[in-house]
Amino acid sequence: MNEEYILQMEGISKQFSSVKVLHEVDFRIKKGEVHALMGENGAGKSTLIKILTGIYRKDAGTIRLDGREIIPSDALEAQELGISPIYQDISVVGQLTVAENIYVGREIKKHGVIDWKTTNQKSREILRNLGIDIDVTKPLSAYGTAIQQMVAIARSILIDAKLVVMDEATSSLDEDEVRVLFQIIRRLKDEGISVLFISHRLSEVFEISDTITVLKDGYLVGEYETASLTKTELVSKMIGRNAQDVVNYKRKQREVIKEEYLNALGIQSGIRLKGYDLTIHRGEVVGLAGLLGSGRTELARILFGVDRMDRGEIYINGAPVEFRFPYQAIGRGLAFCSEDRKVEGIFPDLSLAENISISNMKAVSRFGMIQKKKMQKLAEEYIEKIRIKTSGAGQKIRALSGGNQQKVILSRWMAMNPDLIILDEPTRGIDVGAKKEIEDLIREIASKGISVLLISSEFEELIRNCDRVEVIREGENAGTLSGEAITEENILEMIANGAAGKEAKRHES
Amino acid sequence: MKAERVKAENVKAVIQKYGVLIVLILLLLINACVTPNFVHINTIWNLLRQAFPTIIISMGMTLVIATGGIDISVGSTMALSSIIFARLLIDMEMGFGVSMLGALGASCVFGLFNGALVGILDFQPIVATLILMIAGRGIAQQFNNGAVLSFYGNAFTDLGTYRIGGVVPIQVLLIFIVVAIMSFLARKTTFGLYVQAIGDNGTASRLVGLKTTVVLIETYTLCALLAGGAAVLETLRLCAADPNNIGSGIELDCVAAVAIGGTSMSGGKAVIWGTLIGAIVMQLITTMMNMNNIYYAYALVIKAFIIIAALYLQRKKD
Repeated sequence: MNEEYILQMEGISKQFSSVKVLHEVDFRIKKGEVHALMGENGAGKSTLIKILTGIYRKDAGTIRLDGREIIPSDALEAQELGISPIYQDISVVGQLTVAENIYVGREIKKHGVIDWKTTNQKSREILRNLGIDIDVTKPLSAYGTAIQQMVAIARSILIDAKLVVMDEATSSLDEDEVRVLFQIIRRLKDEGISVLFISHRLSEVFEISDTITVLKDGYLVGEYETASLTKTELVSKMIGRNAQDVVNYKRKQREVIKEEYLNALGIQSGIRLKGYDLTIHRGEVVGLAGLLGSGRTELARILFGVDRMDRGEIYINGAPVEFRFPYQAIGRGLAFCSEDRKVEGIFPDLSLAENISISNMKAVSRFGMIQKKKMQKLAEEYIEKIRIKTSGAGQKIRALSGGNQQKVILSRWMAMNPDLIILDEPTRGIDVGAKKEIEDLIREIASKGISVLLISSEFEELIRNCDRVEVIREGENAGTLSGEAITEENILEMIANGAAGKEAKRHES
Repeated sequence: MKAERVKAENVKAVIQKYGVLIVLILLLLINACVTPNFVHINTIWNLLRQAFPTIIISMGMTLVIATGGIDISVGSTMALSSIIFARLLIDMEMGFGVSMLGALGASCVFGLFNGALVGILDFQPIVATLILMIAGRGIAQQFNNGAVLSFYGNAFTDLGTYRIGGVVPIQVLLIFIVVAIMSFLARKTTFGLYVQAIGDNGTASRLVGLKTTVVLIETYTLCALLAGGAAVLETLRLCAADPNNIGSGIELDCVAAVAIGGTSMSGGKAVIWGTLIGAIVMQLITTMMNMNNIYYAYALVIKAFIIIAALYLQRKKD
């Protein structure tokens, strides 16, 4: 037994039907450290964490928490033991108040009824200790994702957590919110609480973690001190090959035919969009850069007919269009990968083949009857072409990793031969290896003359793939960059300083 | 060691998938031992004939539930279809074909109404169909001033008690046809896939360009149509249209049949064969109680336990 470690997992193995996803993995976390668990999708990170938090049962191995062996059989038991998970899809109840969310299941009672005064008072104190001052009697849904996460963390402090597990907790936060979260992580650390941190954003991992454990294909690669690694080294360990060629490939300058495909003028919608203009040419990859809440997602949803605009005009091939439903947009050659793959993209219980064909059943049916073989063949074609890791076209998509699910969704739209694909954060929550493959796909799509509107929070992704980057700031055009001018500094400058950006645009035209 | 575990997992999966079938077989075996005169082919025919409306309607219910919805107005739809059929056939002497079309048409109107509330106005299905569950029976009663309409001796009334070759009730043939069609719809057609896609992920369904409104209206209309069709045959079999009582409580039997048949209440995969067996199980319990002279009230309690058993066998844990 070692006093130093809060968590020691040894020889953990797990098998699903015939696939072994964890091979005798060792994993340990010191008291009061921030430990990052890294690996590509399918490396076994999620499985390991689900074993730790009581959602799955291990086939072999031992788990020790604070030196004592534990066998958590469900999530609640794990929480009782002091393991507190903060998930990316936040596990709080939006309609309850902030205080109720903190105390649900641990109600403070007086004479058998809940003592709301004390509950609210104590909730306020806990949050204030985390540096947050909000009205705890308001429903939680009144606050943004960041606050909701803080509330989840507050709850874990309340239940005397020894280990807080943050699985992609930052994936829906903006930079400021991440900063606040990191402050809180440091505070947890000071109190001797350990944090298991999982993020696909390397810079975050390097900023916050003390130690990194890397998994690959279900095997332990190693445990490293964060300070002793470089980003490139880490990526190399994760993908098992030299990362230099992944990180450093450069976008080729391409000649784009200046034939207008889509023209959106003065798009207005609520408080988010205040008259945005956007032109997309045929075969062009246009990046849309802006902060979360800048109106970029709203714009995409309006173009695709998911939401309505208050004012504005949209032209496709010069003809005015007004989409009230997505199927109308699809009929005119548009495709849309939403940022929220789980909620808006996949059909978890349908097969991979059905997930690919669902948007274009006409191609694989006759008189309303599905031609199974055709559907199967189409799926197999894409499985091979873009290397979807799966046991077959009939497999349920829920069983695939995030990157592979995203590939299925891209296949869905590619199979339709659209004129324009709108991609909202296509690589969010996807590991480095799959990320590169998806970026390759984007370029391949463009090379076929299909236009792409790429929305991304990762500037490097825009720099690598876009012919032109449009910057959106608080619902207004903040500037245009093309060719060599697409650099991180320029994008940042325009996002930070919209007026100057506009100036630049005026000079250009 | 490992092989054993894989084996155990497989057994679990089989029980999960075929739980309702196991329950049916157990019930049949128990009855064969306990119930006097049970082992007779006529018992089976009678069982199916009695289960006929539940089976037919629960087929439509399966698709509705697969979209993530529910239709609790099917009993009222039966009442409407029944009384309109009898009025047209007996009082107005419109002939069998016209009467049936009238009855089916009327039930479709109910279905369209349900579908529109759910598909266009986005009402929660249980509330949307509650409206007709309450009002529908009242509407039906208006067609004959609340009275039962019974009749004799029409050339077609024998159809309800007709037995093919003097043996197999016509209901059995109809069950076979409807189940075959619904199974085909659910597994082989784009419509069936859309129904299940909507139940699996409604938001994504709209985003991949499905006309969810149309699919929902079609599904609720199909469910009502089946309820109307079942009502026509029941009316013939009973030689009476009783809008006050026909199909009363049937919505719950149908929902139970779908649930123990393995279709998830939150939508997704539609398990047609499971529903068929579920409906038979429901009827079998009633028949069993009747044949053993057990109080109806007890029968309901035992039904509840068997439903629990079937749901327990199929529950998914991960």
